[in-house]
Amino acid sequence: MIRVQQEDFDAGQEIGAISARNFEVGGVASFIGLVRGANEKSQITAMTLEHYPGMTEKILSGLEAEARTRWRLEDLLIIHRYGRMTPGEQIVLVITASAHREDALQSCQFLIDRLKIGAPFWKKEETPVGSHWVDTKAEDDKASERWQK
Amino acid sequence: MRILYFGWVRTNIGLGEEEISLPPHVENVEDLIGFLRDQGNGYRAAFENIKAVRVAVDQEMAGMETPLSGSREVALFPPMTGG
Repeated sequence: MIRVQQEDFDAGQEIGAISARNFEVGGVASFIGLVRGANEKSQITAMTLEHYPGMTEKILSGLEAEARTRWRLEDLLIIHRYGRMTPGEQIVLVITASAHREDALQSCQFLIDRLKIGAPFWKKEETPVGSHWVDTKAEDDKASERWQK
Repeated sequence: MRILYFGWVRTNIGLGEEEISLPPHVENVEDLIGFLRDQGNGYRAAFENIKAVRVAVDQEMAGMETPLSGSREVALFPPMTGG
């Protein structure tokens, strides 16, 4: 399931719901992305995430479908937030549930690696000296490429 | 045609979307960017380095050669930074 929303989420509650409704699940993997308080150059006071409504849901659903084809998954949830957030706030949640840990762990990493450069979100950081759009990092491209089949 | 802008493409141009009637010579994405670049300083700044611009046609990732005939919506934006 995919959710794109402005509101915060409760990861514990989401994991609990997935665990409770399907007893085929033997392992749940999760990833939470947070707003950091600094980058390599300066302090970050806030971050605004902009996205492309409609296409975002389409891309995330495509990633869900691909993960379900490549791994044996009982359940999958991606929540991605947009709007203005401050350091420590949660941006994204990925949960994958499978009968076995390997499928859950790998698919979770696949989803976060792919959505970082493949889902239409753009980050703007606010610092004490002004704001700027965040550039793509070469390491993020590499992390996504390693899942190429 | 509906044209959408995101990230620094949007902030350079100064608007998030607009409706444009394309002149007949605009057949693909590259033509469209060439046409937009002549619409003012903000547009010129946004499309100064075409290699840094990504495009989606009707919400599917596309390339410079992608034809526009029959399309309803084109989005122009920087490389994506989600997660």
